[in-house]
Amino acid sequence: MPKELLDKKDIERAITRMAHEIIEKNKGIRSICLVGIQQGGVHLANRLSAKLKEIEGSDIPVGILDISLYRDDLNVRKEQPVVRRTQVPCEINDRKVVLVDDVLFTGRSIRAAMDAIIDLGRPSAIQLAVLVDRGHRELPIKADFVGKNIPTSMEETVTVHLAGDGTEDRVVLE
Amino acid sequence: MNLRSKDLISIKDLSAEEIGHILETAAGFKDVLGRDIKKVPALRGKTTVNLFYEPSTRTRTSFEVAAKRLSTDVINIATSTSSVVKGETLLDTAKTVLALGADIVVIRHKCSGTPHFLARNIDASVVNAGDGTNEHPTQALLDLFTMKEFKGGIQGLDVAIVGDILHSRVAKSNIYALTKLGAKVRLIGPPTFIPDCLKDLGVDIYTDMNAGLEGVDVIMMLRIQLERQGKGFFPSTHEYFRNWGLTAARVGRAKKDAIIMHPGPMNRGIEIASEVADSSRSVILDQVTNGIAVRMAVLYLVSGVRG
Repeated sequence: MPKELLDKKDIERAITRMAHEIIEKNKGIRSICLVGIQQGGVHLANRLSAKLKEIEGSDIPVGILDISLYRDDLNVRKEQPVVRRTQVPCEINDRKVVLVDDVLFTGRSIRAAMDAIIDLGRPSAIQLAVLVDRGHRELPIKADFVGKNIPTSMEETVTVHLAGDGTEDRVVLE
Repeated sequence: MNLRSKDLISIKDLSAEEIGHILETAAGFKDVLGRDIKKVPALRGKTTVNLFYEPSTRTRTSFEVAAKRLSTDVINIATSTSSVVKGETLLDTAKTVLALGADIVVIRHKCSGTPHFLARNIDASVVNAGDGTNEHPTQALLDLFTMKEFKGGIQGLDVAIVGDILHSRVAKSNIYALTKLGAKVRLIGPPTFIPDCLKDLGVDIYTDMNAGLEGVDVIMMLRIQLERQGKGFFPSTHEYFRNWGLTAARVGRAKKDAIIMHPGPMNRGIEIASEVADSSRSVILDQVTNGIAVRMAVLYLVSGVRG
């Protein structure tokens, strides 16, 4: 039986709070770039950037990052992951990169994403923003900005739906 | 999505979905080629062997660059300097290569069907880099990728392929690929180079260059192999150029935004005029760059299929 963990309002509030935290930690948004991890993080990065613009009044660069070529399970998977586009519209050298993903779980995607980012340049810092942290880390990785901490069991799945692709904002546990 | 086979032998064996999947994957790899660090760790620890039984600089280098950018180790074996000259059979050479730890074998051979034979007999992935007059699948894939990049899609495009269709593996792979993806293909050239039976592949045949180029979106020139001269296929290179050479005036028959392609190496002044080859409509150098992205996609995808 699927259980709704966050509804439209909860998600809106979480995104607003995360945006404020990003501004506070970085003393503004001048030197930061949001990079959404394909596919779940891309939409969230766009939402965060819209919110940041609403608060600070200026545009913030948003990139998309595909991590499939950096995964640590390429030799053991049955299928090759689908390679998607990577497009980061700004120079990332000496910039603060805020990686954005929908769900933080084992931390392996984030490890891959950090390697992928460092192949693009040398950011002055990498930070991590996630809508849901569901625990069960397998690597020493921690998010800087979290929408909601949700304790889960390994067997459960957390799915984030964000408005835009024909669905309503909601986070569901199955 | 995975490819159905561990090998990439021919376009004929691929479905339209598989071709589309390779082209989409290649778009991701093209992003990698635009960076300062043009290398990804995807195939770290794997070994690619380039086994070339025919002289090739362009295709071999392209495969070598593609393999290196995926972090595989690359071994080049040119048969003129290997034990093949001592009489070793193809299969023995291939088995030796496997014993050295190859995961992917890229093969070019003057006999049609060689990659098929190899693929049946070894466990490594086999990629066809050109077999006789049969197929050159990665060239067709990079040509389609380039058309898609400039024209937005393949479906409904009018594509003219001009030259020695009979002996061209590039033309054959392109005919299969383009018709599978819904393009309309015209073949243009002297009748000696276009056997009538090719009509069965769903293409139109023109011997008149001006008529054939009327309103096309893509002009794909083929290399005239100079060794065919004096064998009755065409009277002289001068006469060939007069009738089937691509000049600026003939390009004017095509659509205003038509692109000009050539798999290289070009014979300037025989099949294509220099001013056309160097014009802004020519995408010949884009084809070279796209070749790396497409071959990265092929190597990446075949290594995902495990027996």
